[in-house]
Amino acid sequence: MVIDTLKCVGCSDCVVACQTENDVPIGYCRDWITETVSGTYPNLDLELKSERCNHCENAPCVRCCPTGASHQIEGGIVLVTHDECIGCGACIESCPYDARYQHPDGYVDKCTFCHHRLEKGQLPACVSVCPTKCMYFGDLDNPNSEVSQLLKNRKYKTLAPEAGTDPHVFYLT
Amino acid sequence: MTTSRRKFIKISAIGLGGVAATTGALNAFGANSYLDDLVKQKVSKKFKRTPTYCEVCFWKCAAWTYTNEEGEIKKIIGNDDDSHSYGRLCPRGTGGVGMYTDEDRLKTPLIRTTVNGEETFRKASWEEALDLIASKFKSVKEEHGPESFALIKHGSPGSHLEHLFKAYGSDTIAEPAYAQCRGPRETGFKATFGSWVGSPEPTDIRDTKCLVLIGSHIGENMHNSQVQEMSEAIDNGATIITVDPRLSTAASKSTHWLAIKPATDIALLLSWMNVIIEEGLYDKEYVDKYGLGFDELKEHVRQYTPEWAYGITTIKPKEIRKTARAMAHASPSVIIHPGRHVTWYGDDTQRARAMAILNGLLGSWGRRGGFYFKEKIKVPKFPHPKFPHPKWDWRDIGEKYPLAEMGITTEVLKAAIPNKDNKYPVKALMVAGTNLTKSIPDRKILEESLDSLDFMVVIDTMPMDVTGYADVVLPECTYLERYDGIRSATNRHPSIAIRVPAVAPKYDSKPVWWMAKQIGERLGLGDYFNYDDFKEVIEWQLKEMGTSLEEMEKIGVKNYPRKSGPLYMNEDEVYDFPTVSGKIEFYSEEFKELGFDPMPKYTVHPEPPQGFYRLNYGRAPMHTFSRTANNPNLNDLKSENDLWVNPKVARILGIETGQRVWLRNQDKITSTFSIKVRVTERVRWDSVYMVHGFGHDNKKLSRAYGKGINDTQLISKVTIDPIMGGTGMRGNYVEILTENPFKNTEI
Amino acid sequence: MQEELFTSGRHIPNIDPSLQIWHWPISLYLFLGGLAAGILFFTALFYLMGKDKEYPTAVKVATIIPPIALSVGLLALVYDLTHKLYTWQLYMTFRIESPMSWGAWVLLIVTPLSFLWTFSYYREVYPNLERKLKVFEKFKFLNTVEKFVQENRIYMAYALIPLTLVLGVYTGILLSAFNARPLWNNAILGPLFLTSGLSTGAAAIILLSKSVKERHMFGKIDLALIIIELALIVHMIMGFYAGSQVQLEAVELLVGGEFTLMFFGFVVILGLIIPAVLELIELIGYKIPVVVPALLVILGGLIFRFVMVEAGQLTRFLY
Repeated sequence: MVIDTLKCVGCSDCVVACQTENDVPIGYCRDWITETVSGTYPNLDLELKSERCNHCENAPCVRCCPTGASHQIEGGIVLVTHDECIGCGACIESCPYDARYQHPDGYVDKCTFCHHRLEKGQLPACVSVCPTKCMYFGDLDNPNSEVSQLLKNRKYKTLAPEAGTDPHVFYLT
Repeated sequence: MTTSRRKFIKISAIGLGGVAATTGALNAFGANSYLDDLVKQKVSKKFKRTPTYCEVCFWKCAAWTYTNEEGEIKKIIGNDDDSHSYGRLCPRGTGGVGMYTDEDRLKTPLIRTTVNGEETFRKASWEEALDLIASKFKSVKEEHGPESFALIKHGSPGSHLEHLFKAYGSDTIAEPAYAQCRGPRETGFKATFGSWVGSPEPTDIRDTKCLVLIGSHIGENMHNSQVQEMSEAIDNGATIITVDPRLSTAASKSTHWLAIKPATDIALLLSWMNVIIEEGLYDKEYVDKYGLGFDELKEHVRQYTPEWAYGITTIKPKEIRKTARAMAHASPSVIIHPGRHVTWYGDDTQRARAMAILNGLLGSWGRRGGFYFKEKIKVPKFPHPKFPHPKWDWRDIGEKYPLAEMGITTEVLKAAIPNKDNKYPVKALMVAGTNLTKSIPDRKILEESLDSLDFMVVIDTMPMDVTGYADVVLPECTYLERYDGIRSATNRHPSIAIRVPAVAPKYDSKPVWWMAKQIGERLGLGDYFNYDDFKEVIEWQLKEMGTSLEEMEKIGVKNYPRKSGPLYMNEDEVYDFPTVSGKIEFYSEEFKELGFDPMPKYTVHPEPPQGFYRLNYGRAPMHTFSRTANNPNLNDLKSENDLWVNPKVARILGIETGQRVWLRNQDKITSTFSIKVRVTERVRWDSVYMVHGFGHDNKKLSRAYGKGINDTQLISKVTIDPIMGGTGMRGNYVEILTENPFKNTEI
Repeated sequence: MQEELFTSGRHIPNIDPSLQIWHWPISLYLFLGGLAAGILFFTALFYLMGKDKEYPTAVKVATIIPPIALSVGLLALVYDLTHKLYTWQLYMTFRIESPMSWGAWVLLIVTPLSFLWTFSYYREVYPNLERKLKVFEKFKFLNTVEKFVQENRIYMAYALIPLTLVLGVYTGILLSAFNARPLWNNAILGPLFLTSGLSTGAAAIILLSKSVKERHMFGKIDLALIIIELALIVHMIMGFYAGSQVQLEAVELLVGGEFTLMFFGFVVILGLIIPAVLELIELIGYKIPVVVPALLVILGGLIFRFVMVEAGQLTRFLY
């Protein structure tokens, strides 16, 4: 996933859309908006971006899961099998982005890149609802896909690269 | 009935048994047992799609409501064919599900009564409530004339009630959207170009090369198509110039951010005109063809140099020249955005005039990348008898303001206060779709006016603060549960959208068309409501327009081709502007004749005294005014506003982020609740900023009660625009109190 | 001025404003696991060295603690799970990369082994109890079981040595594998927890022992272990100071922050230094009530686990 921070206005549409699409209970969220302000008035810089599970290549949550409920599927998406999760909380402790949470039903939940929508050829709910169209989703292995082209032509960063997780969510700056 | 309405009913537990347990919204989702969950996972997700258009704000984006097999509304997704949303709803629209599921909704009609000396509401049946209302309609008509029953409204319910009132014989109708919001810019632009800006604004943002935002915070306001088009403009490399004393989201994405001193915008606009005219950067051909009074304008702005403006606005002359040149360079694909909520300091019509004149100089009206010619398709009126002609109406009430083109809410309310000179007494009031305590400034006059009324009805979906003043409260069902008028709004091409109920009304709520019809029939006006179900009206209208309800239910939105001519001006032809002279009036003869400045002048506005800070307010993209504060989905995103304080100020006052403070304004009015401080560099040191729409005072709003501060409560100084009656609200100053001022008193 | 905040009001229970996923059940289990590992290690070691007659408490008596400790620990762990009905999923697979999976399987083996070991000495250590209960008369098959266990004791001891070491170390590796919690993510935590476990085990043996020779032996062992533990803690803190920004912030919690009193006061001074001094004094010749240093060591071990679990969850990479 590629997110253009220059266009994001922090409206939180992605948060609500994810909530209604995935039945996320009120009080919990799979994605959120962060705001970073730096400088002194009037020389200021403001960055708004939408964060979620980064579906890391080197996912610590997959590594530490004792039952294998946390797993990576082909394509790189990290998913949790609800019936195999025992709710030990190790994956929550291991995520440097604090992207996971304990669902009230007992298992651990997080962003799934709307896997159920991808199977039908649709985009994740957050990407499809964003009014500024600042979110892009696609196949990073395909050099001609929109996301690959964006990463080729624009400056980008990832969150906490020093954590060594190799995330798959990129922010254009 | 002369009960004092000033005793605003806050806690009405007596006789109101139907209040749902407020053990937190989490219960709505988290109570599944293990087996229940197992079953749910196995059931495939099949949804039913119903077309609708959103009512959370006024943009009216067309959408599809998805209902699952159990009949619950699960999600709302935008309609791809709709030019308001292009398939993408804003967070409020997506969170519209919460409007339906909110268990704090009004459930039954309520009638004011006195129990044990305490005023409270009691549940009533629809029969009783409607009979009471109809009897009041009759008695007002007999004693004072139907004109004395006024209507203050906003949104879709308003159109049904307008119909009822006009049939009844009253045109004393107003909406806060005019005098408290966009009225001045409509008058200002009409005086210049001959037509209103209108809603949605016909700004061609996606093709523009330069977007100038002076008094607009796109990105924090969530005008859907405009935010989308601004994003496209950013992709196209457009220059964005934002003038704002605060670093708004739009300012952070701008090429140039002019951190202007508050209340000095006209000075900047005049000096821009100066630079553009003096340096010959205006669109000469366009101005020659269409400009009237250019020479007068040139002479007028000669003195308003950037150096002069620098002293007033604190923006460096170099910046003023740079931005003026950037604008002109992009001409005619440049937009000086008219803004939306423009009622600031009382000279707002003149400021809108200045913005219109600047647009005229740069040749943007009717050009690609500027303002396009909007068009809408007329929806045929369902046949009804001719309306009676009232003896006086909103025009008479607002006669002091010669160029007011809609009812002025504050004047209508003032007309309710007994006064021997009052020729147009308002005796009863119906309020629908607007929360007066948050939209009307100067609480003292508002309460005095409501107190003087003989009768007041409030129609709303939620127990908003305004319901505390009513004699009768009627529960309206949400937009997801009813049929409504066909939406036809102005845009690049005409389009219509329909609203079909996805589910039946929850609790005992009813749609307003039904309420209007019921009241009308009781008043003998049944002929004006010649249908049993509003569905028949829509079916008839759609057939007249060449389509049908079946087709519309499948597509949701129907786009029609333009009939009024091309989107932009044809360079070969001479366009006839709808002004008196047929040209763009830089010099307004009309204004001169009425005794106003024919060209905008800069007037100095008062500044906050020592120890006070200007109260600035704005919007957040996840909320609409005060309407959504209790919506479970949206409340989850933002449950209260916070007070933006500059670090310098924070240091002086010794406050830090997260601390709770109270505010007291220059008239010694103290905020009821406290607000959390956010120390940020984004705000100027002479002002504080908060998002409007919080600080609800009704305990029945379980999520919104007591959260944050109601900024309208602190707006007691109102400067009225003499041209059209708009209420300027940005001239209030507050001091920050770190100690609870109510420690020794009980509220 | 730099500001970083959540615009969308994120307030997930137990995650914001700081992680509160693991509480006392985990700390308790880590302590009990270390204690059991320590005791069983010495049990097996001294049995294999043939010293079961010289140090009877170590080999025969103190082993009553591990079964209880491990059972309580397991119960605490299951209590902490939020999706308890699926606990059996732990034993459907073995994931080599997950320390928790290692722990689950090791526990599965060690707990029954500790029960069997204790059972094998049951009639020897508690003859009075057996006279009252007469379980061996009621359940005749127990005789066969006892005979079988007593014959295979040596194999159990061989198995216990590596298993208990793994059990002791994995409690630390479990935490140190979470690179998202800077306070935990250092390589010394594993050996440190092992040493702490061994030392609490030795202290427990001292508590239960009746012979002076045994107490002195384990006193010396415990002293050595405490010194090693102190050295490891010093190195751990040095490692934090030499680490990245997040680790510097993490160590501030222990050194100059909320947990300084708990850590330095209870864990280091009361839990390590004072017992070491006391034991040293005793070895020299002065009489010290032996309960005191032993209890202090055990208490220090318990509090150490609590501090690490609570403080670690406060440290994070972002926000």
